Amino acid sequence: MSQITEHPAHLQHHFTDVHQQAESAKLGMWIFLLTEVLLFGGLFCFYAIYRSWNPDMFHNAHAFLNVWMGATNTVVLIVSSLTMALAIRSMQLGKRKLTMWFLAGTVLLACVFMVIKYFEYSHKIHLGQLPGKWYFFEGIAGTNPHIFFSAYFLMTGLHGFHVLGGIGVITWLFIKTARGSFSPEYYTPIEMTGLYWHLVDLIWIFLFPLFYLIG
Amino acid sequence: MEHTIPEKHYLNEATGWKSWLMTLDHKRIGILYMIMVMFSFFLGGVFALLIRWELLSPDKILMGPEMYNQAFSLHGIIMIFLFIIPSIPAILGNFVMPLMIGAKDVAFPRLNLASWYIYVIGFCFAVYALFTGGIDTGWTFYTPYSSESTTAVIPILTAAFVLGFSSIFTGLNFIVTIHRLRAPGMTWFQLPLFVWAIYATALIQVLATPVLGITLALLMLERVVGIGIFDPAMGGDPVLFQHFFWFYSHPAVYIMILPGMGIISELIATFSHRRIFGYKFIAFSSLGIAFTGFLVWGHHMFVSGQSDLAAVIFSFLTFFVGIPSGIKILNWIATMYKGSISLDTPMLWALSFLILFSIGGFTGIVLGTLSIDVHLHDTYFVVSHFHYVMVGGTVMAIFGGLHYWWPKIWGRMYNETLARIAVVMIFVGFNITFFVQFIMGTQGMPRRYATYLPQFQGMHGFSSIGALIMGVGFLLIAIYLIYAIFKGKPAGPNPWRALTMEWETPSPPTAGNFEGQPILEHGPYDYDKVIPENALKPYKTI
Repeated sequence: MSQITEHPAHLQHHFTDVHQQAESAKLGMWIFLLTEVLLFGGLFCFYAIYRSWNPDMFHNAHAFLNVWMGATNTVVLIVSSLTMALAIRSMQLGKRKLTMWFLAGTVLLACVFMVIKYFEYSHKIHLGQLPGKWYFFEGIAGTNPHIFFSAYFLMTGLHGFHVLGGIGVITWLFIKTARGSFSPEYYTPIEMTGLYWHLVDLIWIFLFPLFYLIG
Repeated sequence: MEHTIPEKHYLNEATGWKSWLMTLDHKRIGILYMIMVMFSFFLGGVFALLIRWELLSPDKILMGPEMYNQAFSLHGIIMIFLFIIPSIPAILGNFVMPLMIGAKDVAFPRLNLASWYIYVIGFCFAVYALFTGGIDTGWTFYTPYSSESTTAVIPILTAAFVLGFSSIFTGLNFIVTIHRLRAPGMTWFQLPLFVWAIYATALIQVLATPVLGITLALLMLERVVGIGIFDPAMGGDPVLFQHFFWFYSHPAVYIMILPGMGIISELIATFSHRRIFGYKFIAFSSLGIAFTGFLVWGHHMFVSGQSDLAAVIFSFLTFFVGIPSGIKILNWIATMYKGSISLDTPMLWALSFLILFSIGGFTGIVLGTLSIDVHLHDTYFVVSHFHYVMVGGTVMAIFGGLHYWWPKIWGRMYNETLARIAVVMIFVGFNITFFVQFIMGTQGMPRRYATYLPQFQGMHGFSSIGALIMGVGFLLIAIYLIYAIFKGKPAGPNPWRALTMEWETPSPPTAGNFEGQPILEHGPYDYDKVIPENALKPYKTI
């Protein structure tokens, strides 16, 4: 490597070249995703323990979740993962307009997910199928059915926050793309957000069967 | 040879408070951390002295039982979350690690500064809690008490939660830095052992801390919303909290000790002027400790009501932690064997570490033995054991490291005579404070009580005298170290004649660390091949 190599604007001074910078970002993002998995891991552990202690109650309570809404949301998120991946691909090929369309599509699908989630939540809040001491629904056989809804609201709630975060970041990417900040040489933020978005999708793919498809 | 301070360096290349608060330079961020973390150490130390003062007599001296509960809780929380966890990685790791691997900065400088601000936010929450009801749950926040206590539990949980993010971001940054920013030629087995230790620490920070985050979040929800998952009346389980808590907090004690072990490896090699013995064993034992640390959390819960089978397995696994720690101790001793040892202040701290950490480690094996622990659980034996590991281990290492790198950080030397007096005071004071606590523990003195049977007064008084000696010792250290920043003799680039890369830069280093990207020319411990001098030498760059 010679000293006279070009110095692109997006290369930070402490990296020797663009490749080193991109690889660092990638590794950092993967480690971040690992911490996310462990954050959710605590809740999955919580779910596993209380389900093994109250198998019948979990089975009875899950019948009160709307499988069709859950299934629709699963499809919505999977398609949004596809549009996200296509956004990255379009930027690699230098198609800025197309990238913007795909990013907008991803945000739109994420919003659809949240709207469906809103209907599910408000229905449950209305019925009193709530966590802990707020629970007042009658009609689920088994001990402490509020625990099922603690797990449901905690895990889908934390996931929902991640979807909201994703909406924010992808909107920011949309604006940056519109301003022409990215190019086939530099699209690291889109790629990193893509990794994040796939993880959010993946977590939902675990949540859906664990809550909606018991037994 | 007389040395001078270089004209331009990272301390004066930009001036004004803004240049500090907005800095992206890892060295300056290290110093920002140093200010906050050392202030926390002072605060935690004040609570320690208050505790020891109260314990001079079984009767009330200045605190009632409620106040006493607050004092030991705050001592623990401040010392653990605000001082010892961030201490070595955030101060010395930040300052030294990029220099050691020949990098210009850490991989994500902005994230690095952000993690300092997050630390400050956590610090503010802790101080806020201190003034709005304090905290009396102990640093472990055990349920069900923590879901009922009327003290400021939520602010302090928020503090610990926020501080966790700071710790995760530092760890993430360091892992990427060590993977991607090493100088050409610096293979993994040319890394200084401090870097290996920081790397193993960062792995634990990244893997364990998120679990603490979710645990504290659950506890907050338990208190605020009443979700009842730790409340037996609602079908919850308080022991589950202990499992979650120790799944983080046991690995966290290795976050506290591993970087200290890294410092000791550097000190022993430098001051024995000899190639470190068993380099790969020391490096891999760091990873070994990081790994086994995740499998032993249940040894904090032998009397919690967990199943007997689990207790036996955890006890058995606990013994394995002794192996990598033992490997390190023996390798350090083997390094000193036939070395030409110079007893400068940092080396005195390292020797103190060897003695005190060994005592702490061996009593750890005693406590890991299931049948003995049932008797010693919640006695002063436990208190003494972890102070031997944490103070006798980590704090000795921190101060060894600070004394070792002080001339690099500020470019100036401290007063060697005062420094030696201080290290002796701390060593003696520490043993006076804590050795009797082993004896009290075996005689049944329980921890966390403001009062005690009159038969223990002699030993408690003895212990308190030791604490006072330590307090004066630390004060002395603060005075001569701060004096050295302004008036110390210029140290020169390599006052200890060490071979790691940070000594190839001027003291204090320039803002960009190196002129160009340096190439590694010799290993970190090649004392048999290279004779280092206290002078700047041109190094190869690309």
